[in-house]
Amino acid sequence: MQKNIICVSCPMGCGITVELNDNGEVVSVSGNTCKRGDAYARTECTNPVRSLATTVKVDGGIHNVVPCKSAGPIPKARMMDCMNEIAKAEVKAPVILGDILIENILGTGINIVATNHCPAK
Amino acid sequence: MLNYDIVVIGGGPAGMAAALKAKECGVDSILILERAETLGGILEQCIHTGFGLHYFGEELSGPEYADRFIQLVNEKKIEYKVDTMALQITESNVVYAVNKEDGLLEIQAKAVILAMGCRERPRGALNIAGTRAAGVMSAGTAQKYVNIDGYMPGKKVVILGSGDIGLIMARRMTLEGAEVKVVCELMPYSSGLTRNIVQCLDDFGIPLRLSCTVVEIHGKDRVEGVTIANVDEKLRPIKGTEQYIECDTLLLSVGLIPENELTREVGIELDPVTKGAVVDEFRETSHKGVFACGNVLHVHDLVDYVTLESQTAGEGAAKYVLGKKDAPEYITTKGVNGVRYIVPQKVNIKNDDDVKLYFRVGQTYKNAKVVVKYNGNEIISKKRPRLAPGEMENVVIKNDILKSFAADGVIEISVEA
Ligand SMILES: Cc1cc2nc3c(=O)[nH]c(=O)nc-3n(C[C@H](O)[C@H](O)[C@H](O)COP(=O)(O)OP(=O)(O)OC[C@H]3O[C@@H](n4cnc5c(N)ncnc54)[C@H](O)[C@@H]3O)c2cc1C
Ligand code: SF4
Repeated sequence: MQKNIICVSCPMGCGITVELNDNGEVVSVSGNTCKRGDAYARTECTNPVRSLATTVKVDGGIHNVVPCKSAGPIPKARMMDCMNEIAKAEVKAPVILGDILIENILGTGINIVATNHCPAK
Repeated sequence: MLNYDIVVIGGGPAGMAAALKAKECGVDSILILERAETLGGILEQCIHTGFGLHYFGEELSGPEYADRFIQLVNEKKIEYKVDTMALQITESNVVYAVNKEDGLLEIQAKAVILAMGCRERPRGALNIAGTRAAGVMSAGTAQKYVNIDGYMPGKKVVILGSGDIGLIMARRMTLEGAEVKVVCELMPYSSGLTRNIVQCLDDFGIPLRLSCTVVEIHGKDRVEGVTIANVDEKLRPIKGTEQYIECDTLLLSVGLIPENELTREVGIELDPVTKGAVVDEFRETSHKGVFACGNVLHVHDLVDYVTLESQTAGEGAAKYVLGKKDAPEYITTKGVNGVRYIVPQKVNIKNDDDVKLYFRVGQTYKNAKVVVKYNGNEIISKKRPRLAPGEMENVVIKNDILKSFAADGVIEISVEA
């Protein structure tokens, strides 16, 4: 089977063709400009992942929320579950950029970290 | 009256990079004026990742990218005033600004760097029939509500315009539980990056309708729905294709305009295409000692390029202040045949470095050739697998070639299929 995907690893957005056998294993990858595209195409066909950027509620900060991201990619299928988990969280000001806000979210092994400062009010 | 060698107007990535470079080049007396409550500019609300791939070699979020420069500004002890709005620049480079603490400030600068960024085209710039109901806003305004104020402006959303900010907000609103019904794009192609169409729309099954626009907004106090319609080649709505879509929010992502009120008032020459100042290779405008960089000069898609350009402007301003910028002999640059604009618009042939010319094309091309000519003679030709309006391109004019030019010559860049 053939799958056509677009690499999202960088703004070039190369079109990549992946050849899969009957067991869903990758046989060949073509159309990518660089090695990252090859790696992206393989995971995209077997276990697609995305990085997540959102906000977490802050108590007593200069703003109501602080931006955050997943410190690494998480399975694409779990994105909405992670969002629900993050929506339940609230952290106390002050928050420093890089602070771990949620450890090992939903057992994915990935931390949710602050991507900005939020000083106390 | 205060006195500074360099006054930078705007504390976004452009202003900070320019100030840092000027300091590195030996100017100590620098003041940054920023009207928001913190440095960082628009990046503070761009919480998605994808910034800094070129400049830092890693993917950062907007606030993380800005923070690296804010730390440096503090470390290098560059002075700045936040909550301070610059009101006017005079012929003699006096900057008037106002804030709550100092009241009206009068600052004599030797050089001024304009780094005011851009703003979004408002609804008034479009012609959509219907009511003035609440729930119509620019995508950037919604971005600020959600990412900084932590407030969701709506539940059922239609987005007009498929530029990157519109695409990013489609995903953001969806992640926060809203239903994004459709993204409409007037043109037959999206001006957003392909990766954003994949990660922001396809991932969530949000439809993108090309050659389609919003023709009417319905609702009395709050938006209740919009009518969309397909458009023909002349971008006119086609009768009979109208479709009603129920929604409570319409986000507009229909382009950015450089914020050049101050620039215009002091009589600086503007480029009708970029809507920014006409500049030389150090980003000096037609007004002596006034430089411009970042989105106020031309709209950039990657902040990395904003940083690089602003360093050039910072270096230029430092040279000017230190008396190292000698009387120029200019050649001009001109985009022809598919090239919409070139920055800088003029280049000093006495410059001792290579010069990078940035340009944008007006449509997409596959396997095209970029040709650079000097007074009609081809000097550079390079093959490009892909050219798109959304992606800024550049060519480098080597210094030995530049040195062979004569004053008043013309460099033309064109695309050949
Ligand atoms: C809503 C929006 C979303 C964007 N999203 C993205 C994105 O996702 N990815 C991307 O790569 N690029 C994005 N951009 C483009 C982004 O603006 C640039 O990459 C970069 O931030 C431009 O830097 P800048 O310093 O030129 O402008 P800005 O970041 O806009 O900074 C300009 C600063 O000048 C200040 N200022 C303006 N006028 C005055 C005055 N009179 N006195 C004092 N201060 C003043 C403003 O408050 C602001 O802080 C976005 C732009 C907008 C408008
Ligand atoms: S294959 Fe390489 S160059 Fe192409 S989009 Fe992916 S990362 Fe970028």
